[in-house]
Amino acid sequence: MAALNIKKGATSHSAYDLRDFHSEVESSHTLAVLVDNEAGVLARVIGLFSGRGYNIDSLTVAEVDHKGHRSRITIVTRGTMAVIDQIKAQLGRIVPVHQVIDLTTEAQPVERELALFKVAATGEKRIESLRLAEIFRANVVDSTLESFVFEITGTPDKIDAFAELMRPLGLKDVARTGVAALPRGA
Amino acid sequence: MARQMTGAEMVVQALKDHGVEVIFGYPGGAVLPIYDAIFQQNEIKHILVRHEQAAIHMAEGYARSTGKPGCALVTSGPGATNAVTGLTDALMDSIPLVVFSGQVPTFMIGTDGFQEADTVGITRPCTKHNWLVKDTDKLAETIHQAFHVATSGRPGPVLIDLPKDVQFANGRYTEPKTARVDHYQPKVKGDIEAVTKLVELIETAAKPVFYTGGGVINSGTAASQLMRELVDATGFPITSTLMGLGAYPASGKNWLGMLGMHGLYEANLAMHGCDLMINLGARFDDRITGRIADFSPKSTKVHVDIDASSINKIIPVDLPIVGDVAHVLEDALKIWKARGRKVNKEGLAKWWAQIEEWKKVRCLAFTNSDKVIKPQYALQRLEALTKDRDRYITTEVGQHQMWAAQFLGFEAPNRWMTSGGLGTMGYGFPASIGVQIAHPDALVINVAGEASWLMNMQEMGTATQFCTPVKQFILNNERLGMVRQWQDLLHGGRYSHSWSDSLPDFVKLAESFGWKGISVSDPKDLDDAIMEMINYDGPVLFDCLVEKHENCFPMIPSGKPHNEMLLAADAAAFSSGAALV
Repeated sequence: MAALNIKKGATSHSAYDLRDFHSEVESSHTLAVLVDNEAGVLARVIGLFSGRGYNIDSLTVAEVDHKGHRSRITIVTRGTMAVIDQIKAQLGRIVPVHQVIDLTTEAQPVERELALFKVAATGEKRIESLRLAEIFRANVVDSTLESFVFEITGTPDKIDAFAELMRPLGLKDVARTGVAALPRGA
Repeated sequence: MARQMTGAEMVVQALKDHGVEVIFGYPGGAVLPIYDAIFQQNEIKHILVRHEQAAIHMAEGYARSTGKPGCALVTSGPGATNAVTGLTDALMDSIPLVVFSGQVPTFMIGTDGFQEADTVGITRPCTKHNWLVKDTDKLAETIHQAFHVATSGRPGPVLIDLPKDVQFANGRYTEPKTARVDHYQPKVKGDIEAVTKLVELIETAAKPVFYTGGGVINSGTAASQLMRELVDATGFPITSTLMGLGAYPASGKNWLGMLGMHGLYEANLAMHGCDLMINLGARFDDRITGRIADFSPKSTKVHVDIDASSINKIIPVDLPIVGDVAHVLEDALKIWKARGRKVNKEGLAKWWAQIEEWKKVRCLAFTNSDKVIKPQYALQRLEALTKDRDRYITTEVGQHQMWAAQFLGFEAPNRWMTSGGLGTMGYGFPASIGVQIAHPDALVINVAGEASWLMNMQEMGTATQFCTPVKQFILNNERLGMVRQWQDLLHGGRYSHSWSDSLPDFVKLAESFGWKGISVSDPKDLDDAIMEMINYDGPVLFDCLVEKHENCFPMIPSGKPHNEMLLAADAAAFSSGAALV
């Protein structure tokens, strides 16, 4: 029997042949889910995650093809490879779901998030916040004598870093869009 | 060609166009237009139930015994919420259903109107898919899609929620063939390279076993035929889950009996000791696997399933094949024959010798009595007296269900209807009515426990009204038998609320609904009583008073592996802490 040497969890023609199915290591994965933009489709996806006990770290959803009534849901989730595979398969059997792509495994994705930061400060702190914003290529989109609203785009890590720096300078509020992602290349 | 008609007329027209002959339902304010349309035609028969849960179970019984989708119609609010248990049952057991629910008019949705409930919200996790139709012009298309989704891929229940104004309004009716169903097309052909690998495994395995499930039944009669051919040609042993009984005949020479928590010793030990496990349309349910870490430790596992999410969900497998069982088996047989029909004959002979040793344990043996009817004996007699008839069996849930699976033999698929995944007490009686509606001349028997049976006993009226001669074979131990058994084995014999107090006089109850009632308590009278039940032309309530403290063996205690089965003889010595699952 062993002569066939089939790897655990291997499917033929699959990049998964290369990984260990039994790995207990959890990692973050960005999934792109293309769906029909119909009533309740987001509830189906979210209900699947809560009903089966999966995590959602970030979720974005918007119509991407108005004519074709298609929306793109981008989910950042966390789990072992076996759990991620199970999430993919479970998403795939929802009727209005057309395609599920594990961007993290299948394609080095470009990931971007937009965030707005309100920083209230005067004097040296106000100047410092503006200086750091410049380094991070954040734009000032609202300004009063006591506050700024910065707009910043980047990877979630970059936005986290910016938030850390703004906190001691008078950070009042943050709004983040969640991750949008596409595979690199053609 | 598009025709103008009301939404209510469209429902009836679409049912006709999909070949539906019968719909189970209960009227109410929000479905009155559809009931009006049903009144004005004679092609579709409506079965008036007494509770919406029963309507869904009847539709399930109809579907499972015919292979066609079952249909039900319920009103808004409580009508829909009552249907939830049935929908969940059908989802767990992959039964194709198309259910229509009424809804308050579109302009009232969200206002907490009378008999309003968020039906699509409530039923979203317990249907394969559901729709709220707000535009009569889209209704026909939606119904056609609903039939497609319910019956394609892994089958399941779907629900269409219909606001009352949509039922009244006029719209365009489009024919089924024009419906857009292109994007939901589950893959039915297995990857041919993987199927070839399966054949290679078949050729070399020394200790193989087929582990088959409800997917073989759902795949259709062709799947059962192909499976029988492959099993008989290879000479491999075969076992099945509760859901898959009948796909391979119980009288077949390679049959090991059911596996799992109350499965046969030889079947479970074959699973534990095999070197090749071929899973056809089963899903490694926790009642099958026992302790995951020790599940069949030395085998190469192949899993054929039409639902990719079933694969690697619980047990990691070596060779997954996503596809329909019939398609995969057809290819596997073709390839295996073309390569010269090879098997490891020497290995197989040794393997069968080992299996014969396990069979000698006679794991279903029980101590019979001439004073009191043992439930196993009642089922042995029922089997002996009915097996040659055109027979369909449904069950409730509990000990009687497991004994029925152990002691009744099924020679063909679609003859055995039981609530496997959800374990719904109250399933069997309405399901038996649904089966009888589909097969008016057949002998339809619901093997029941008295506690389960009481859960949907209101359907006696339905059986009387629609002249369904269903036989309710109640193994009455005045206990919630399986609960009592777990309390006995796992909770120190503290029988907390597991007895059936204040039971009715079943004979008088039967008579009050125009049924025949039979009560039997002496083993000597059992055969005559069963014959009287069979020969009576009408519904029978058969109250079989059995031993009250019988436990169902063999049993894999919860959390134990297959090779630590508990046999009747060992039970006295068994002690264990409370079980988790």
